[in-house]
Amino acid sequence: MDRPLAAEFKVAIVGSGPAGLSAAAHAAKLGVSHVLFERTPHINDTIFKYQKRKHVMATPEVLPLRSDLDFKEESREEIIESWTAAVETDKINLRLGVEVTAIKGQKGDFTLTLSSGEAVAAENVVMAIGVQGNLNRLRIPGNDLPFVQYQLDDPDEYKGEEIVVIGTGDAGLENALALAVNNNVSIVNRVADFPRAKAGNIALIEAAIKRGDIQHLANCEPKGLEDGGFLVLDTADGAGVRLKCDRVIARIGALPPRRFVESCGIVFPNDSPTAYPAVSETYESQIPGLYIVGALAGYPLIKHCLNQGYEVVEYIQGNKIPPADEPLIQAKLDDAGVKMNVNELVAAVRERLPLFAALTTLQVREFLIHSNIHYPKSGEVVFKRGEFANSLYNILGGEVGIQVDPDNPDEMVRLRRGDFFGEMALISGRRRTSTVIATTQALLLEIDRNTMVKLVRSEPTIKAGIDKAAVIREIKTFLAPQVEDNLLRDVVESSAVVEFRPNEKLIEEDATDDSVYLIRKGSVTVSMNCGGKDVVLAYVPAGNYVGEMALITHRNRAATVTAASATEAIRMDSAAFRGLLEKDPALRRKVEAKLEQRMMDRNLMQRNAEAGDLIKFLVREGCGEATDVLLIDESLCVRCDNCEKACAETHHGVSRLNREAGPTFEMLHVPTSCRHCEDPHCMQDCPPDAIHRAPNGEVFISDQCIGCGNCERNCPYGVIQMAAVPEKKPGLLSWMFFGRGPGPGEDKSPAGLARRTGGKHAVKCDMCKGIDGGPACVRACPTGAAIRVDPAGFIDVMRHAGA
Amino acid sequence: MSVSDRFTAAGLDIRPTRHESFLAYNRFRFLRWATVLVLLSIALYLGVRPYGQPYGGGWAGYTLGTVGALLILWLTWFGYRKRTYNSNSGRLAARLSAHVYLGLALFFVATLHTGFHFGWNIHTFAYALMCIVIASGIFGIFAYAHYPRQMTENRESMTTAQMLGRIAGIDDELRNVVMPLDDTTVAAIERCIETNEIGGSAWRQLSGRYPRCTTAAAIAHMEAIAEGHTIVQEAWRQTLVKLSEKAALLARIRRDIRFKAMMEAWLFLHIPLTFALLAALTAHIIAIFFM
Ligand SMILES: Cc1cc2nc3c(=O)[nH]c(=O)nc-3n(C[C@H](O)[C@H](O)[C@H](O)COP(=O)(O)OP(=O)(O)OC[C@H]3O[C@@H](n4cnc5c(N)ncnc54)[C@H](O)[C@@H]3O)c2cc1C
Ligand code: HEM
Ligand code: SF4
Ligand code: SF4
Repeated sequence: MDRPLAAEFKVAIVGSGPAGLSAAAHAAKLGVSHVLFERTPHINDTIFKYQKRKHVMATPEVLPLRSDLDFKEESREEIIESWTAAVETDKINLRLGVEVTAIKGQKGDFTLTLSSGEAVAAENVVMAIGVQGNLNRLRIPGNDLPFVQYQLDDPDEYKGEEIVVIGTGDAGLENALALAVNNNVSIVNRVADFPRAKAGNIALIEAAIKRGDIQHLANCEPKGLEDGGFLVLDTADGAGVRLKCDRVIARIGALPPRRFVESCGIVFPNDSPTAYPAVSETYESQIPGLYIVGALAGYPLIKHCLNQGYEVVEYIQGNKIPPADEPLIQAKLDDAGVKMNVNELVAAVRERLPLFAALTTLQVREFLIHSNIHYPKSGEVVFKRGEFANSLYNILGGEVGIQVDPDNPDEMVRLRRGDFFGEMALISGRRRTSTVIATTQALLLEIDRNTMVKLVRSEPTIKAGIDKAAVIREIKTFLAPQVEDNLLRDVVESSAVVEFRPNEKLIEEDATDDSVYLIRKGSVTVSMNCGGKDVVLAYVPAGNYVGEMALITHRNRAATVTAASATEAIRMDSAAFRGLLEKDPALRRKVEAKLEQRMMDRNLMQRNAEAGDLIKFLVREGCGEATDVLLIDESLCVRCDNCEKACAETHHGVSRLNREAGPTFEMLHVPTSCRHCEDPHCMQDCPPDAIHRAPNGEVFISDQCIGCGNCERNCPYGVIQMAAVPEKKPGLLSWMFFGRGPGPGEDKSPAGLARRTGGKHAVKCDMCKGIDGGPACVRACPTGAAIRVDPAGFIDVMRHAGA
Repeated sequence: MSVSDRFTAAGLDIRPTRHESFLAYNRFRFLRWATVLVLLSIALYLGVRPYGQPYGGGWAGYTLGTVGALLILWLTWFGYRKRTYNSNSGRLAARLSAHVYLGLALFFVATLHTGFHFGWNIHTFAYALMCIVIASGIFGIFAYAHYPRQMTENRESMTTAQMLGRIAGIDDELRNVVMPLDDTTVAAIERCIETNEIGGSAWRQLSGRYPRCTTAAAIAHMEAIAEGHTIVQEAWRQTLVKLSEKAALLARIRRDIRFKAMMEAWLFLHIPLTFALLAALTAHIIAIFFM
C-alpha cells in the first residue's frame, strides 16, 4: 500500500495510534500533503496489543467526538477493522514498518531520519508516539527465533507447554504466575530474590516456587537461544545448562519514549516518570512547528487522542477552532447559574488565581473539565469538618469564612477572591479539619484531587504556592490554634516542608539535631534501640508533631522516628520554636504536658515489646497509610466465611475480600482487602480517572473503568481484581424468547462471562458505599471477629494490645 | 460526616473500635436481659400457686408457654437473618449474642412451663428436642471459644494451599530420593504419593484418625527395613526425613480440618433438630388446644 513519497510534506506524523491516525485522516480529508510513519507492521500498536476481543470504552461520554475516523464503544477487532479500512478509503499516506529515529530542524524545515536510513523533509511534525515505548528485547543470539516472544496477551491461550519466563519485574512474575496454572513454567533470575517486584507479587511467586508450581532458575544468566527451542543459561557454578522448551517469554521492560522525545530537543518539566512535555493551546511544543498530541501530551483516552489529531491539523492550517471540550465547560457554568462564557472563565482563572499563573491556557481548560463550579449564596455551607477531602477550592469571586474552632462557629477566618482553601485535607488525604461557609455569594472553582495531584507534579510553582499557605494553616491548626499570627512568624519563616519515603528516617537516635517535625501527611513510628533490637514505642499519625523532646531537654535524640508511609513533615527550626515557647507560656505548658504523657506511654511500651512488634506488623501491612482497614481477630474467627459471602452477595457475586489470604501476627489477621489509603496508589495512573474517594472516605472505582489493569498493578496490597463486567440477569422469559444474557446452565465462569461481555473491569472493596447498613463483611460476622478501623481506631487496637 | 458517624447517626453501632466477642457484646447486655427473663419466670412460677393446673395451664403456665414458643420462633429466625446480607439491621454478632443468652434462658422458661411434669408423650418429646437443640448450641459456644485460637496456632501462618503445595513438593522430592532403594520400598513410597488421606468421612474429619494412612505405612515400612541397609544408607535416611516431614504436615492439615469440623459439626444437629422442634411444638400446641 506504500505510495511514492513526495520530497516535501506540509506535515509529517509520527505514530499511527488514535492521535496520529486521526491527524493523518484529517490531513488527507483537507488535501494537506502528509505522511504517517508507523514503526510496527500494523497501525495502532497500543490498541493492537489489547487483550483479544477487549471491549474498548469510549469515555468520557459527554465529550463530543471530532474526527474523520469512526469511534464508539465496540470491540478491539471492530476498531482495528474500521480504521484499517479508513486508511484506504480516506487515502492516508501511511508507511508501515518505518521507525522515525531522529527529528531535526525548525518550523518549515524539519528533517526526519527513518530506520531505513532515508531522510524525509517536512514543514511541520506531529509527534503522536504514545507512552508505551519500545519493548526491550533480549540482547543474546537468537533473540528473534519464533519461539521467543516479548509480550503475552492471553495466558489462557497456552496449555501443557514448557515455558521459560525471563524477567523478574512485575510483568514477568505476573505472566509466570498466570501461565503456571496450565503449563510447566520456569523463571530465570540473575539473582536469588526479586528486588524489582512489588511485595504482593513476590509473596505469590515465592509461594508458587515453594509449592513446586514454578521452577526458580536462580543465579542464572541467559546466554543464547537456539533453533528447535533451546535456551542456553550460564549458571552460578559456571557449568551452564541447555534447556529445551516450547516457548520463551521475555519481559524485560520497555524503554519509555522520553529519551527519543528529548533527543528531538523537547524538555520535560521534571524527572517524574509521569511527567509530560508541556504544549501550548495549539499542542505546539517548545519547538515551533513540532506538535505533540495524544497520550504523550498527557491525554490517555482514545477520544481525546482522536479529537486532538483532528484539531492539530486545523491549527497547522491556521484555523483557530474552539476546542471540542468547550460545550462541557459551558454546561458547568450554566448549571451553576453563572453568566459567563468559557473564554471569560479561562481569563478569570488566569487573572484572578495567582496559584495557576504559570499554566498555559490549554492546561487551564484541561483542569476546568475536571473541576466543578459552585455559586453558593451567602450562608451556604461549602464543606463540613470531618468529610474526606476530594478537592481544592479556589475563590474566583466573593468571600468565604472558615470555622477554625468547632466550639465557636461565629469566629471565622475570612478568605477572598484569589485565595484557595481545602488544601490541608488534600495534602494529608484525611478528613477536613474545619467547616467552610460562604459569607457572600461566592464563585468557587473546585478542582478534583486527581487533577490537583497531576498539576502539582507538573508545575512546581503550584506546589510552592500551596505549601506557602498550607504551612501557616497547618501550624496553626495542629500546634498552636490560639496563638497570634505575629508570634508564629519566625517559626513559619524558618520552616521547610520535607518529604520522606516509606522507611526513611526523620530523626535518628543519638543524633544532635533538634528541629521539631509536624507531620502533615502520612505517619511515623517512634522506636528505640534496646539491646540491639529496634523496639517500636509509638505510632504517630498526621496532625501531630514529633521531636520536641531533644529541644526541651537539651539532649541528644532519644529515639528514632521513621516514616511508616510516604510522609511529608514541616521541619521547624529549633531556635524559632524555642522562641515561640518562651513568648507563649500557655503553649509551652501544653507542649510539656504532652511530652510528659508521651514519656509515660513510652515507658509502658518499653516494658511491652510485643505491642511494638504489633505496630511494626500493622505498619508493614499498610495500616499506617490506611483510612479504613479490615482486621480480623483470629481468636474469634470461626472461619465460616460469612464475611466473604456477604461481600459477594452485595457485589455482583464477586467477593472483594479474601479472608484467608493475608498475614497474621499473634491473633490479628489482615485479610486481603482494600485499606482505603490516604494517598491511594491505585489512583495514580488511571486513564479515565475512574477511581475516586467519596466524602465518607471510601475509595471506589466508577463504571468509567476501561479495564486497563493499571490500578491492579499499582496497588501494593494486591486487593484489586480484574473481574468480568457483570451482566444484567435477564428475566426467565426474556431469556427464553429473546435469547438475552446467560441462561440457566450456560458458562457462568468469570472467563466465560469475560468472553461474552468482551472484557473485565477492576473491582475492589467500596466499603459498601451504597448500602445504608454499612460494610456487609462486618455486619455479617457472627462472632465479632471482623471489624473495620480507621487511624484513630488503629491506635486504639494497638494500645489495647499494649495494655 | 465520617463513616463512623454515618452509622451512629443511623442508630447502629456497626463500628466497634476494637474486637469484642459476641459473648461480651455491649457489656453483656443480653446476658442481663436473659437473667431478668429467668428471674421473672421463676417469680411467676413460685408466685402463682397452685401453678399450672393441669400441666402448664392456668394463666401463669400459658404465659410461660407463650413466651417459650415465641422465643423458639425468634431463635429460628436467626437462620434467616444470617443470610440477609443486604439489610441494615445492625451486626449479626449482636443478634448472635441475643440468640445465645435468650436461647439459654429459654431452657429455664420452658422447664418451668412444664411444671416438671414429664411423660412418654408429644409434649415431653418437644421439650426433649428443645433440650438437645440447646445442648448442641452450648457445645457450639464451647467450640467457638476454643478452636479459633488453636487453629491459628496450628497453622503457623501457612494457608491450606501453601500446606498442600508443600506436600506436592515433598512428593516430588520423595520420588527422587527413593530411587536407589528396592522395589517394595519404591512401591510403598509410590502409594504414599498417590493417596494423601485428608478430609474424608465426617468421622475421619472429626476424629483426625486415619488408620490407613499411606504415609504412616511407608514410615513403618522404612523402619522395618532399617537394618542391613548400609550401601544405600543415605537414600534410606533421606527418604525417612522426607516422609517424616510429610507426616508432620499431614498431621497439621488434619488437625486444621478437625478444628474446622468441630466448629461446624454441631450445626448438623442444631439446624435439623430446630425444624423437628418446630414440628413437635406445633403438634404440642394442637394437642393442647384442639384435641
Ligand atoms: C490495556 C489498555 C487498555 C486501554 N483501554 C482503553 C479504553 O478502553 N478506552 C480508552 O479510551 N483508552 C484505553 N486505553 C488508553 C489508550 O489505548 C491510549 O491512551 C491511546 O492508544 C494513546 O493513543 P496515542 O495515539 O497517543 O498513542 P498509541 O496508541 O500508543 O500509538 C503510538 C503509535 O506510535 C508508534 N510509534 C512509537 N514510536 C514511533 C517511532 N519512533 N516511529 C514510528 N512510530 C512510532 C507505536 O508503534 C504506536 O503504534 C487503554 C490502554 C491500555 C494499555
Ligand atoms: C431452641 C432453641 C434454639 C433454636 C431454635 C436455635 C436455632 C438456631 C438456628 C436456626 C440457627 C441458624 C444456623 C444457621 O443457619 O447457620 C442457630 C445458630 C446458632 N445457635 Fe441456636 N438455637 C437455639 C438455641 C441456642 C442456644 C441455647 C445456643 C447457645 C448456647 C445457640 C447457639 C447458636 C450458635 C452459636 C449458632 C451459630 C451461629 C453461626 O455460626 O452462624 N443456639 N440456632
Ligand atoms: S486499592 Fe487503592 S486504596 Fe485500596 S489498598 Fe490498594 S492502593 Fe490502597
Ligand atoms: S465472618 Fe467473621 S468469623 Fe466468619 S470468617 Fe469472616 S471474620 Fe471469620
